[in-house]
Amino acid sequence: MEPRHYIEFQDVSFQYPNSEDWALKGVSFHIKPNEWVAIIGHNGSGKSTIAKLMNGLLSPQQGTIHVQELPINQETIWDVRKKVGMVFQNPDNQFVGTTVIDDVAFGLENHGIPREDMQKRISYSLKAVNMEEYVNHEPHNLSGGQKQRVAIASVLAVEPELIILDEATAMLDPKGRNSIMNTVHQVRQDRDVSVVTITHDLNEVLFADRVIVMNEGNVWFEGTPREVFQKHDELQAIGLDTPFVTQLSRHLNKLGISLHKEPLTHKDLMDELWTLHSTR
Amino acid sequence: MDITFDKVSHIYQKNTPFEYKALEDVSFHISSGSYVAIIGHTGSGKSTLIQHLNGLLKPTEGKIQMGNFVLTADKKQKDIMKLRKQVGVVFQYPEHQLFEESIEKDIKFGPQNFGVEPEVINQRLPEVLKSVQLSDQLLSRSPFDLSGGQMRRVAIAGVLIMEPNLLVLDEPTAGLDPRGQKEIMDMFYRLHKEKNRTTVLVTHSMEDALQYADHVIIMDHGKLYMEGNPIEVFRQRDALQKVGLDVPEVIDFLDSFEKTFQKPIDYHGQSMDELAEVIARIVEGGHQRE
Ligand SMILES: Nc1ncnc2c1ncn2[C@@H]1O[C@H](COP(=O)(O)OP(=O)(O)OP(=O)(O)O)[C@@H](O)[C@H]1O
Ligand SMILES: Nc1ncnc2c1ncn2[C@@H]1O[C@H](COP(=O)(O)OP(=O)(O)OP(=O)(O)O)[C@@H](O)[C@H]1O
Ligand SMILES: [Mg+2]
Ligand SMILES: [Mg+2]
Repeated sequence: MEPRHYIEFQDVSFQYPNSEDWALKGVSFHIKPNEWVAIIGHNGSGKSTIAKLMNGLLSPQQGTIHVQELPINQETIWDVRKKVGMVFQNPDNQFVGTTVIDDVAFGLENHGIPREDMQKRISYSLKAVNMEEYVNHEPHNLSGGQKQRVAIASVLAVEPELIILDEATAMLDPKGRNSIMNTVHQVRQDRDVSVVTITHDLNEVLFADRVIVMNEGNVWFEGTPREVFQKHDELQAIGLDTPFVTQLSRHLNKLGISLHKEPLTHKDLMDELWTLHSTR
Repeated sequence: MDITFDKVSHIYQKNTPFEYKALEDVSFHISSGSYVAIIGHTGSGKSTLIQHLNGLLKPTEGKIQMGNFVLTADKKQKDIMKLRKQVGVVFQYPEHQLFEESIEKDIKFGPQNFGVEPEVINQRLPEVLKSVQLSDQLLSRSPFDLSGGQMRRVAIAGVLIMEPNLLVLDEPTAGLDPRGQKEIMDMFYRLHKEKNRTTVLVTHSMEDALQYADHVIIMDHGKLYMEGNPIEVFRQRDALQKVGLDVPEVIDFLDSFEKTFQKPIDYHGQSMDELAEVIARIVEGGHQRE
């Protein structure tokens, strides 16, 4: 039977060595199998720390973390790393190959993927991020956005059960960002995979089923994107903001255009405006 | 600082299997005091271009004039140091410019290196910390023991403290939280005006280009594709789409509004308040005030 939770944090606290402050203060949440969760929060609120705890790069001083109901510890850590694929905030930290193709291949070898599958997966994943022309380039000498694309391809190729993207598209333009998010969306249609996207991009949040909002090392709120963005003023108070459509809707509401459905996309908003207009 | 690029090309790793032409025949002029945004898809040559502005890269062909300095392929390192004193560059990845053992040493390194008096540096330090909203309690910590957004703030502080004539920003808001993005962009703009600076901003945010820049340069595959006034450039949806770029979200929205309501709303930098008023009036069926 499938476990209820893919990953579960129970009362997790974490403190970096030589730091007096706790980066996480008793954090509890879970991520369901096949769920897409976005984590947002101000700089230093603990998002990357959570990501590193999820794949066992760090271990908490207090509390427990389970992956598929297995606690993360010395014995399980290598299994966990096979299941959890992560793209770091700075891709330079994760390149191992001397060329783009080697870099993607290295991860596949590490995961014991048979040779005959490797070629297929390499070309599929590099194509998905639009980098197939760069197979023979050196990862360290790519442009900022190209590095992020390759780092994403390397993780997509090993087909992990949980994909963590820690600001993995920060250097891409909105179009590039959307296309990566659509690729992840596509992967989810094809097979079971849980996704965690850590991001400051409000439009990227809209792809998620659920959002976890972090504030000063605590979980501040959990809910759907719509529920989160309804808290407009409170979000601003903790350093965050809402997308363009939400902001415009609020201004319209103040002018007496009452929008009831909390539109999130251009289309949502336009449809509602048109309905209002034509029933007048 | 006036900047003129005259048929500049840049080839990386010339005569190796990795040779790559990242800039091709690029010419433009930026007048002193302007705020220029450089936009283009992934790998179009933006970071390559701006690294010429402080002589980190030299043109393989062509000539760059910056104030009184002329940069060509054979320019000597000694002269380039004089230029660097006036040009502050915030790099795309903050890790690439942090290296000292403490945040304080890292921020002070630039001005110290160029012989600014210690008293002056100490006087500027609290100001720049405030500008990037960094607590002075962090000063003794290693810059690598920080979150991504905090590292970005340290990197920005280390450039601001130089008080450069020309400020070059390569995706400076990547990694900042929404409030940080807004406050730091506003701060750059305020300093731009107050100190009569020239500012060059590489950005993926069309909104920022629209809001702050008075001139945009669009790059495509190492070539200058388009340049001009931001609003005029961003109206050209088809031309932008050809090089993989979207129009800013507000223009996109107004375009689809026009399609639905058959009423054009001309965008000339209105605030969201002002736009909401015009939209509300059309939705309510009234007439748009002139
Ligand atoms: N290696 C480290 N040593 C000491 N403290 C650290 C280290 N890395 C992070 N911290 C601190 O832990 C806290 C949480 O950092 P974390 O990287 O998880 O934040 P974040 O939410 O990912 O922020 P950002 O949006 O800036 O990436 C911050 O206060 C940060 O200064
Ligand atoms: N050291 C290098 N050696 C070889 N090629 C390089 C080197 N540095 C950059 N390039 C190539 O030059 C081109 C331009 O890179 P550049 O970093 O200027 O792009 P960019 O416009 O800043 O892109 P991004 O938006 O992704 O940061 C890219 O195709 C890149 O792969
Ligand atoms: Mg982080
Ligand atoms: Mg770049």
